[in-house]
Amino acid sequence: MGRFAKILQSSIGAKVAMAVTGILLVLFIIGHLLGNLLMFAGPEATNAYAKGLKDLGALLWVARVGLLVVFLVHISSALRLWRMNKAARPQAYAVSESTMVTYAGRSIVMTGALVLAFAAYHLLHFTLFATNPEFAQLQDAQGRHDVYRMVILGFRNTAVSGVYLVSMILLGLHLSHGVTSLFQSLGINNPTYNPIFKRLGPWSGVLLALGFMSIPLAVLAGVLK
Amino acid sequence: MDLTLRVWRQKDGQSTGRFESYQVSGIIPDMSFLEMLDVTNERLIMEGKDPIAFDHDCREGICGMCSLVINGRAHGGFDGTTTCQLHMRKFNDGDTITIEPWRASAFPVIRDLVVDRTSFDRIIQAGGFISANTGGAPDGNAVPIPKPDADAAMDAAACIGCGACAASCPNGSAMLFVAAKVSHLAHLPQGMPERGQRVLDMVARMDEEGFGNCTNHAECEAMCPKDISISHIAKMNREFIRATVRGD
Repeated sequence: MGRFAKILQSSIGAKVAMAVTGILLVLFIIGHLLGNLLMFAGPEATNAYAKGLKDLGALLWVARVGLLVVFLVHISSALRLWRMNKAARPQAYAVSESTMVTYAGRSIVMTGALVLAFAAYHLLHFTLFATNPEFAQLQDAQGRHDVYRMVILGFRNTAVSGVYLVSMILLGLHLSHGVTSLFQSLGINNPTYNPIFKRLGPWSGVLLALGFMSIPLAVLAGVLK
Repeated sequence: MDLTLRVWRQKDGQSTGRFESYQVSGIIPDMSFLEMLDVTNERLIMEGKDPIAFDHDCREGICGMCSLVINGRAHGGFDGTTTCQLHMRKFNDGDTITIEPWRASAFPVIRDLVVDRTSFDRIIQAGGFISANTGGAPDGNAVPIPKPDADAAMDAAACIGCGACAASCPNGSAMLFVAAKVSHLAHLPQGMPERGQRVLDMVARMDEEGFGNCTNHAECEAMCPKDISISHIAKMNREFIRATVRGD
């Protein structure tokens, strides 16, 4: 275990940890989005899916704890790498002319922190109902928790929708550098496939962000009601 | 050409430095950047002032001694060009040119534009070598090496260890340098005996020296005067993962 910890502490070990946990988080996000899109299939599909998840019982807790561990490894590795990077250049250049650095790349730590803050708010909002205790009382005709209704009511508040929309743009920016970057971190670099890796980040960022944004936008537009 | 130079002046590692401005006139466009600094220094000496300290040696782009961040770019940022190969014709009459030393905690300033790059030497000492028995020189081509491997090794071996990668990286990461050395030897049969231990030891030394980490911007690749590709960083990552999984 000491050896494993030492490797995780090293620069490349931490980068590999970032990439592997990044892949798992992207898979989680894709699964989350597919579940969300059931909103467009109507209240029955959404509420049945939500009940199905809740009925997993112990398995749901295994998934939650697993996800939490993945999150913690991703965040703690990022923080350590970020601190090392800050310490590596104590004095900034008076004139700095980067040619390759993109906005998404430069801001990845900041977008990550903001997405984390959003995730905390999101849990308080739709999972723990701390911001809206009345959501816990919502029930549909079959006596299930009316998740469909909760999402509609939640997103009718333009301020709340605004926070979600902005957060999804930040998530998209984060993924646009992160997803492309993870291949290089894992040593997957091949002239034949590099153009695909390069596009995969921005495309996955745009598609996932638009997918998530479609729901509050549809609620605000009155398409979902 | 008449130029205004804004040069970082710092007496030694303990002093705090500052920018000084110098007007230089009569610069010939065919001069190299270092010759322009030589001319500036001769005039400073004539005026009884301290000349600007800067590193240089071969002045033909192969030794890796010259450095300088010129207008925010390592070696001036021209394709495949070291500072000594940079000609003044790349600048315009009347330009103001800002000249700074490499900035990284692992490259402390010794004086003015001269930084201590022995951190690179210590990374090489950690594993950037092969162990060979002494004796008669082996026959050429006695060990067959596939052409693509020989080419890839040669591309990596082109690294002159100047430090432009770490200087231009927003994170102060030396991974392009370390990767070039790891990749060079990992492509060749002569590098095989120490293959796993080499990457683990060199990466550990790189971390100890206080260099940052790669966040895949590829700024190093754009600034490298020898055009080393970041594909070598991916190769180093693969070597590191391989050595880790094997338990080297």
